[in-house]
Amino acid sequence: MTAVDEAPLSAAGNPIGFGSMKRVEDQRFVRGQGNYVDDVNLPGMLHSAILRSPFAHARIVSIDTSAAEALPGVVAVITGKILEGIPRPSLLGDNFAWMPTLSYDTQAVLATDKVRFQGQEVAFVIAESRYIAKDALELIDVEYEPLEPVMDAKKALDADAPIIRDDKGQTDNRITDVHGNQTWESGNKEATEAAFVAAAADPNCVIVEEDILYPRVHPAPMETCGSVAYLDKVTGQLTLYTTSQAPHAHRTVYAMVAGLPEQKIRVISPDIGGGFGNKVGVYPGYVLSVIGTIVTGKPVKWMEDRSENLMSTSFARDYHMKAKIAATKDGKILAVDVYVLADHGAFNGVAQPTNFPAGFFNIFSGSYDYPNAHCLVEPVYTNKAPGGVAYACSFRITEAAYVIERLVDCLAQELEMDPADLRLKNLIKPEQFPYTSPTGWEYDSGQYEKTMRVAMDIAGYDELRREQAEKRAKGEYMGIGISFFTEGVGAGPRRTMDILGLGMADGIELRVHPTGKAVLRLSVQSQGQGHETTFAQIVSHELGIPPEDIDVVHGDTDQTPFGLGTYGSRSTPVSGAAASVVAKKVRDRARIVAAAALECSPDDLEWELGRWFVKGDKERGKTIQEIALLSHSSLELPEGVEGHLDATAVYNPPNLTYPYGCYICVVDVDPGTGQVKVRRFIAVDDCGVRINPMIVEGQVHGGLADGVGMALMELIAFDEDGNNLGGSFMDYLLPTAVECPDWELGETVTPSPHHPIGAKGVGESATVGSPAAVVNAVIDAISPFGVRHADMPLTPANVWRAIQGRNVRTDMAVE
Amino acid sequence: MQTPAAVDYVRATSVANAIALLNEHGEDARLLAGGHSLLPMMKLRLARPDILIDINDLDELRGIRVEGDELVLGAMVTHAEVLSSPILAEHYAIFREAEKVIADPIVRNKGTVGGSMCQADPSEDLSAVGAALKGSVVIQNATGTRTVPLREFHEGPYETKVADGEILTEVRFPIRPRAGSAYEKVERRVGDWPVCSAGAYVVVSGGVVTDVGIGLTAVGAEHFCAPEAEAFLIGKAPSEENLAAAAQLAADSCSPNADQRGPADYKQHLAMELTLRALRRAAASSQGA
Ligand SMILES: Cc1cc2nc3c(=O)[nH]c(=O)nc-3n(C[C@H](O)[C@H](O)[C@H](O)COP(=O)(O)OP(=O)(O)OC[C@H]3O[C@@H](n4cnc5c(N)ncnc54)[C@H](O)[C@@H]3O)c2cc1C
Repeated sequence: MTAVDEAPLSAAGNPIGFGSMKRVEDQRFVRGQGNYVDDVNLPGMLHSAILRSPFAHARIVSIDTSAAEALPGVVAVITGKILEGIPRPSLLGDNFAWMPTLSYDTQAVLATDKVRFQGQEVAFVIAESRYIAKDALELIDVEYEPLEPVMDAKKALDADAPIIRDDKGQTDNRITDVHGNQTWESGNKEATEAAFVAAAADPNCVIVEEDILYPRVHPAPMETCGSVAYLDKVTGQLTLYTTSQAPHAHRTVYAMVAGLPEQKIRVISPDIGGGFGNKVGVYPGYVLSVIGTIVTGKPVKWMEDRSENLMSTSFARDYHMKAKIAATKDGKILAVDVYVLADHGAFNGVAQPTNFPAGFFNIFSGSYDYPNAHCLVEPVYTNKAPGGVAYACSFRITEAAYVIERLVDCLAQELEMDPADLRLKNLIKPEQFPYTSPTGWEYDSGQYEKTMRVAMDIAGYDELRREQAEKRAKGEYMGIGISFFTEGVGAGPRRTMDILGLGMADGIELRVHPTGKAVLRLSVQSQGQGHETTFAQIVSHELGIPPEDIDVVHGDTDQTPFGLGTYGSRSTPVSGAAASVVAKKVRDRARIVAAAALECSPDDLEWELGRWFVKGDKERGKTIQEIALLSHSSLELPEGVEGHLDATAVYNPPNLTYPYGCYICVVDVDPGTGQVKVRRFIAVDDCGVRINPMIVEGQVHGGLADGVGMALMELIAFDEDGNNLGGSFMDYLLPTAVECPDWELGETVTPSPHHPIGAKGVGESATVGSPAAVVNAVIDAISPFGVRHADMPLTPANVWRAIQGRNVRTDMAVE
Repeated sequence: MQTPAAVDYVRATSVANAIALLNEHGEDARLLAGGHSLLPMMKLRLARPDILIDINDLDELRGIRVEGDELVLGAMVTHAEVLSSPILAEHYAIFREAEKVIADPIVRNKGTVGGSMCQADPSEDLSAVGAALKGSVVIQNATGTRTVPLREFHEGPYETKVADGEILTEVRFPIRPRAGSAYEKVERRVGDWPVCSAGAYVVVSGGVVTDVGIGLTAVGAEHFCAPEAEAFLIGKAPSEENLAAAAQLAADSCSPNADQRGPADYKQHLAMELTLRALRRAAASSQGA
């Protein structure tokens, strides 16, 4: 199979099965009828605001809330001291001032002893309006004793570094994971070291080393984080409307944090205005809204403003990498070794499967076939906001793809080889799949060279190189950058993957009504991915029911079965598979009902889209709609069906899916100003079978814009005093249409062999793959100045400095 | 949602009324023009006036016209109007070139010339344009009006000659037949404030520069101008060598600060590079190229 057979069209003109169709959810979005958390207004609802620390590191001497409490309209002011006094009947600490993170660390809900990052939560005001709550913040008098902050990750382990987590009795700033490890290692250390020793001694080999930073960035979803909590004191039911990418997982966490019985908690994620990983974690604000309703007996709304979102919620990356690659002089890669200093901020709040404390970073060996790879990740605390895995990164595969793709370009430069040729020489070959990588991943399928050639054809690669040579002769600087990436997405197999002990399998339910219309109930949570459309198409593909006759329900834990949520591109690989499986179950039940109606054996029946018929007698059959009605009728049913067609399923993926792609970026650089213009961007993705190609392209478009943003402008830097220098959209720059070229997309289709419909995740592919293409293009453009590497973001200033031969650290304030 | 502190609001009915209201409420009152500088500061609670005096109804502050040998812009002329004005385009390309890269269409639709001047942000683009063209502003108070050259208007960052109880009513620019002008800006992203901008007009006559104005913003140029570089060029041929030397003089007179837009050495370099590019194009256009 190379492409999807064209599906027949329904009466409404939609494909019955796979194919492009407009997104169902856009009907409400384009009319301004979306329902976001901030649109939720409950009777008697109170509002809230959080007082945040102006310091990155300071001891709290005293907090005086009396003036704030006296302000008319203020209902309550809550501090860490008050939370300390509320006992918690839970294993996760004995009071409410602290909460667990998704990485088994603790995080302050409201600071009690110290503040540990600028923007940390210090006090919580509940008032009759948001304005009053904000006014009250100004009346809270906090006396701080400033402490020296740790802002430079590279100094966090210095002997004289201030200790950040003295609350845990730490004597250094190392992070210890749940298994007791302080470093995370993967691959074959001895063999890799030996390969480097051998290469160093071999005149036919080269070793290239580079320090590569993936700076701290922020997902910056359009909708900031927020929640509305209401505890009904009569029934004991807690309803929490919240910006969550994982409502079921959040419900379980609240049960653990608050000690509330889980059956009494209902988490509702209504429309979510973008997540990108930012809405995976549980934030103090959410917990405070819950505490707020417990204290006041009224619904309490908490909604961040933009600066709060940028300064306190989950950042991404912050990986300081030292990477080296060994290869033969004719360009065969032999080994790669990477050391990472990982800045996790003040609390280890990374969201990733428990056994993968550095996420899936160890997929960094990339798309190439070589035997030896090793990495060592050393995580540290700093006085920065907590978080870590966020921003469409497929659990740190963004960092992994970036480091290997940058490194390969550095190698190409060293060898004076065309970076396309170097890649082609080393790509894993189709016949090598399933391919076990040197760090132990089992890539499921791929036709890498074919995909790369498609991208090079669209780009007109040879012609571009000719143009570049002509331009260089005229003193014009054009660059061509390639990135070839492989992701492993769809976490994940339960035997190895869980978050806080919750296995990463997804439940699903499919109901078929007597009239043949269906309702699919999902655990995953769309933040813009188009689930309401694509999941209906999967069921449509399996059952032949038109997509417009299938409603998709998600985002309400009372309405949907358990599952771990949407992040890491896992919705299609896991829940998409579940949708196929549950629809096939319905199809099997329908076969039994059809056989009863047609008075034959189920074995005598054959399926065609939307219909069971008697083998050899195509006229004798029943459509799925007819069967649905029959299943509710007085028809006598044989064993195996009690009545109706409804089914449930839980899907436990046997492996991750491995989408991949080849991206080519063309830039023009003005060496006089350092300005970069992205002229062209070619993206050829292979995400297996495409359920809705238009939605796939939309996902890719968004991710490419992300990549241009990260490569050229997005950054959360800090000054030495601890000030966050990316705390507003004036400072944290997101790309606009002007910076984005007309994306040129292409595809190859290599189905996943183990996924029921052959699909792979694609939600993060472009974010993962594109930054390296842009950076490689810029470096290619300015390589005549002797530049081999410069760190993101490649702002005009940073490009100019690189041209001057004076690279700068981009994670600290510009000096 | 960012939330400003409580504030009173009143709509002025005339310039005289606005001045009376300013005098009545003292230093706690602020004029509200387009609001694109003031409201964000209020939302962040960096500014917290007690009362806003809205001057958006004052048609007497609108309009672009020629008066004698001057171009006159009312204080409430918006960026968008400057961008699309045929009168301004006829006399100076610099207006259009600068406005194209100021903020974004939303800000340009509401933000005003008067607001930009009075905000006096050290990175304001129109300040560089105004300084380059050697314009002036008209300031009115309860006792009358006075005219202040733009090169004397700024008292420092965010501070101008507009005192309490005063309103800026007009910005004026001399018309210079045969002047070519140009504007150059480097920004990190469209709509961002400049890392550095430079603008210039040049009159070339008889093969030499007879009149020139250079404006720079975001790089710590005193009064947004570069008089030494201008003086150097007068009477000289607009050769690449002379323009480059003038651009270097302009850059040398700047004292930029490092910030997230770039280090000081880079900004100083840009001051040279962008001045040179602006001078080149302005000189070429004056010579009819
Ligand atoms: C997103 C964004 C991007 C921007 N990018 C740029 C850019 O790239 N380059 C650039 O130069 N600017 C930029 N700006 C600034 C923009 O040009 C100014 O915000 C705006 O034009 C100021 O005019 P206003 O009418 O909005 O002023 P207001 O905000 O209404 O007022 C500003 C100040 O001037 C005072 N004031 C206003 N009118 C008068 C008057 N007639 N007399 C006396 N005092 C007065 C007010 O009291 C206030 O103190 C940007 C702004 C935003 C929001």
